[in-house]
Amino acid sequence: MTRLIAAEAARLIALFEGEGARHVDADILLSAETLLDLYGEDIRGRAYLTSDPFGGEMVLRPDFTVPVVQMHMDSEADPARYTYAGRVFRKQEDDPSRPREAMQVGFEVFDGSNPAGADATVFATVADALAGLPVRAATGDIGILMAAVAGLKTSDTRKAALMRHLWRPRKFRALLDRFGGRTPPAPSRVALLAQVDPMADAAPTIGLRSRAEVQTRIDALRADAATAPISGDEMALIDAILSLDESCPHVLSSLRDIAVDLPVIDGAVNAFAARLDALSAKGVDVDALSFEGSYGRTSLEYYDGFVFGFYAAADHYMPPVATGGRYDALTARLGAGRAVPAVGGVVRPDLVVALRGDV
Amino acid sequence: MLKLGVPSKGRLMEKTFAWFGDRGVSLRKSGSDREYAGAVDGIDGVELVLLSAGEIPRELAAGRIQLGVTGSDLIREKLAAWETRVHAIAPMGFGGADLIIAVPQAWVDVETLDDLDAAAAAFRAKHGFRMRIATKYHRQVREFLRDNGVADYQLIDSQGATEGTVKNETAEAIADITSTGETLRANGLKILGDGLIHASQATLFRGRRDVWTDAQRVTLKELESLLGV
Repeated sequence: MTRLIAAEAARLIALFEGEGARHVDADILLSAETLLDLYGEDIRGRAYLTSDPFGGEMVLRPDFTVPVVQMHMDSEADPARYTYAGRVFRKQEDDPSRPREAMQVGFEVFDGSNPAGADATVFATVADALAGLPVRAATGDIGILMAAVAGLKTSDTRKAALMRHLWRPRKFRALLDRFGGRTPPAPSRVALLAQVDPMADAAPTIGLRSRAEVQTRIDALRADAATAPISGDEMALIDAILSLDESCPHVLSSLRDIAVDLPVIDGAVNAFAARLDALSAKGVDVDALSFEGSYGRTSLEYYDGFVFGFYAAADHYMPPVATGGRYDALTARLGAGRAVPAVGGVVRPDLVVALRGDV
Repeated sequence: MLKLGVPSKGRLMEKTFAWFGDRGVSLRKSGSDREYAGAVDGIDGVELVLLSAGEIPRELAAGRIQLGVTGSDLIREKLAAWETRVHAIAPMGFGGADLIIAVPQAWVDVETLDDLDAAAAAFRAKHGFRMRIATKYHRQVREFLRDNGVADYQLIDSQGATEGTVKNETAEAIADITSTGETLRANGLKILGDGLIHASQATLFRGRRDVWTDAQRVTLKELESLLGV
């Protein structure tokens, strides 16, 4: 089995090299600082952390994306394509039967000149790698939801709050319902704002969060209470985007309808259309390709555009055989001011081998 | 033989002994006061093992003891997917303490987890690092905050005097066990309205039974009927 998986990994690497990717490697033990800064405490629930006497907190790589992006941002190469293969490690806190380590083979494209083309290249290359296997593809586009949120006729504070929780669907929904006036504010909030000067009887300040910061937030809460609710029409448009679940051409047509009322998503919809054209040009049958408006919102929060996954058609319990997406914002955060549009995907060679055995 | 793990010292041990004693099962330390050996009267086939309360979850999960008395908070903290590894036989009605989130009283704008989340976002933007929450209950706090959509915080390990960390500016908020809330108030802190993570109490647990002998099963039935649980 191990030999079969190694052979499959080699086949995938060769395939990605055939698309112009350079074979790179990454450390298994990474500094935890970057990942903690990106993902916060959640990473502790998902990755193995340990400590180094000199390097501080270290983490067994939970994926290759962050080290490969760091490597790329440190180099001056641009555009560039990379492939890599190796194990990733995931802590399992809920289900001990799920694997703690798995082999991944990846393909990453750093190229800002033609985003639709780069998206299509990565998707089509991964699809080719899985050709003949009983898998179905799922796709989505976080960029459309981001554009819609950015275009809401409401305060920047509210938009920022929604954007911050885009990858936490339940919290996003709760915020949207509150900003839309569907749920009333908490009684404690009402009581606070009913006071002329809520700070009048405040206890002495302890800790780093200053009196001024508390006052700033109270001012923000007052401003928010005076902000009109997000309109029912706009709420309905967001709901319409989130509930999209059709083949790509139908979704494009639905999005064009939505864009009539929400023209701010025009750019994102045009990008989606351009991607469909690029996918078709690569031989992908977009008529049969499904699109879900909420797809990719529960992963680690670095995908901010096109997202995709390939799933075993007959085995709903099998983890995705391949996943990927666009992560422009991640390169900006890791690039110290420099950003390079980037898109990539990873394949699990062990699952490919397992599926091939079933064929 | 069924091994029953009981906290080896203090009020938790005394109250456990009293709880069993009230139900006709006498537990006592054997030998001198300093020795951690125990004796059981009133039922055959049960052996008393005196352990630190914090080690009882691990020993139960490993199957080295079959029964154990410890705080339900410790079981949740120390055992991932605890429901699948141990079973609560009986809450015992003492050792009650709430695991809660507390923030400075001066934060008049923060009364709920939603407030905490918004304050954490603003704090991070202003100070350049995530809001620090001091605790020793990492797993429960992290899961609770994740389930409630709180982001932009970090947990700082604090194994004692956690209530003092805010005043000492090593944390902005805390997550800790409290029974009356008095220490919190004395340290200028208040509990969030929806900040109760877990209401803990001393509980009699049993480990998984799949490797138990018939004799152990019979003894447990007898013990349960004596205890009336």
